[in-house]
Amino acid sequence: MTTHATTKRSRLDPEPVSRRDFLGLASLWAAAAAVGMATLGMLRLPKAAVLSSPSKKFRVTLPESLPPGQPFIPPGRSVALYRNAEGVFAVSLVCTHLGCIVKQNPDGFACPCHGSLFTAAGAVRKGPAPRALAWHKVTGSGGHYIVDEGVTVPPGTYLKA
Amino acid sequence: MSHSALSEFAANLRAAPRRVLETMFRSGKPTTDRTRSSFVFGNVFLHLHPARTHRWSLRWTTTWGLGILCGASFLITLVTGVLLMFYYKPYPDVAYQSIKDIHFVVPTGQFIRNIHRWAANVMVVGVFLHMARVFYTAAYRAPREFNWLIGMGLFIVTLALSFTGYLLPWDQLAYWATTIGANIAQSPREITDALGITDKFDIGGLQRQLLLGSDVVGEEALIRFYLLHVMILPLALALLMAVHFWRIRKDGGLARPDDADQRLGPPPADTYPVFTEAPQKTYQLAALVKGRTPAVGRGPENTVPTMPHLFYAELGVFMLTILICLGLAIWMDAPLKELANPNVPENPAKAPWYFLGLQELVSYSAFMGGVGIPMIVIIGLGLIPYLDREKTGTGEWFGGPGGGRLVASSVVFGLAAVLAVEVFAIRLGWLREWFPGIPQLVITFINPGTLIAAIYALYSLRVVHRFNSVRAGALALFTCFLCGFVVLTIIGTHFRGPNWHFYWSPADWPMH
Repeated sequence: MTTHATTKRSRLDPEPVSRRDFLGLASLWAAAAAVGMATLGMLRLPKAAVLSSPSKKFRVTLPESLPPGQPFIPPGRSVALYRNAEGVFAVSLVCTHLGCIVKQNPDGFACPCHGSLFTAAGAVRKGPAPRALAWHKVTGSGGHYIVDEGVTVPPGTYLKA
Repeated sequence: MSHSALSEFAANLRAAPRRVLETMFRSGKPTTDRTRSSFVFGNVFLHLHPARTHRWSLRWTTTWGLGILCGASFLITLVTGVLLMFYYKPYPDVAYQSIKDIHFVVPTGQFIRNIHRWAANVMVVGVFLHMARVFYTAAYRAPREFNWLIGMGLFIVTLALSFTGYLLPWDQLAYWATTIGANIAQSPREITDALGITDKFDIGGLQRQLLLGSDVVGEEALIRFYLLHVMILPLALALLMAVHFWRIRKDGGLARPDDADQRLGPPPADTYPVFTEAPQKTYQLAALVKGRTPAVGRGPENTVPTMPHLFYAELGVFMLTILICLGLAIWMDAPLKELANPNVPENPAKAPWYFLGLQELVSYSAFMGGVGIPMIVIIGLGLIPYLDREKTGTGEWFGGPGGGRLVASSVVFGLAAVLAVEVFAIRLGWLREWFPGIPQLVITFINPGTLIAAIYALYSLRVVHRFNSVRAGALALFTCFLCGFVVLTIIGTHFRGPNWHFYWSPADWPMH
């Protein structure tokens, strides 16, 4: 049998990929792509577009007699409000380690879950917490304030009372 | 004509129940070697087994029945779990009330819940022990490497099932364990925060949000955990189990030493059942797979029919598992604390016992304890069969007598190292107590957890070098991590009290 490397390929020569194989492979890859894209689309579903969490803003009235350095914790909230010479500020009581609610102690706050200790202003004194407690945005005046737990401000941001 | 057709009809009707049974079991009663074989390979559920089983596989010391223990406890959780679903309602507060109903109103409700919980615990213990058995008998070696990976998948899904089940009662324990778990999922932020890229690349936050469906543990989180617990994870587990069992057979049954036949000797003359029919045939062609059946190159002397030998052994383990779960369920009730209160954490808030070793590590660094070290352990375990390609000692405990000594010295070293680091950290504290301004990244990478892991890794590298054997190093490393796991779990369970302080006994806990 002679080979015709230089001559034009004959209609009868086997093609590099036969038509049947090509169509078969093409449909296989099309099916794979369709399943893949469908899976990607399905994976998108569990990430909620709107989070069903309750409102993060709340009103609070600070007692007139609140001494400086003494936290005021509104009932049912995990935020401590302070009023001192620089102004009013709100410190989150959610531990930055794993989200437990810290408890007040004589030196500031202690986390019951893994023993992190914080100062009254939220700085880490001890333990696994990687960051200081967050400060939240406070607006308002005259003893009536609105705290927004959804907005974190840099520590040292006071609202002039 | 019509008379005989009628009588035939009547006769067929009378015979129908018997014929239904006959057609259900194609080959008749398993009384001969031939029908016993077809009993196994003709049945869709039983044909995961080979028709004949090697006697080595049937020795108790080969497996201690641990794989069947895992499968049996899964079946028990499946049945009791479905029963609990009759009354359980996955909605916050309502969920808690429905568990109360199950406890106090539903007939046998509390008992069923106890069995469910204890079977889940038995399953976790069983999976740990089964994995240790497979490791210490080097049964993960070729051609069983991939089945070891399937087993790792089963291990992870088992733990995930336990964890998702933990939230469902919606009590204080559940709520805070889940809060901690969800924040562990978020803990890669410890790294991204330190690098200052959390705004652009917040994988931790994404993981937490996908898990909870919200930014708090609430109704969205409960329904997700419920879905995972009753649908997605059990399906995944069943699928992986099917592959796992199938591959045991396709990979040639259980691992055994090359000289197993010589060691066992010929079977006793009274081995039941003896060949009763056509003794020159052994009916194991149905089990012929890639030349790895017990028959290749060897006579069938040391195999016995799977029915009844293997099945009776499996049934025995199954009954024993039920007995254990029932006994535990009678002895101790599943706990139910107060209704979840998002404002007051449990103190101490403890995860289920098998996560307390991790929680001990998490108390040093959330990312390393909850994500980093577990990932390293899982990757390390998965690599074992691909790194240890040695041939000697397969199917033997600790690879022979020398291995036993090595494991014993690794136990001593493993215990000493973890105890030394823990005592140091509990007594003297850690970096932040000495250098309050230290960057978080330093603590993330240098903390008691990473220190223990590094000590173990160095020790096993030394063992690899000293014994000139990868298998020896793997034995040392696995043993060390097992010791570390046990010690950390015991510390987390018994010696950590409120604020995760160290206490010798819960009696010393301050009142709170």
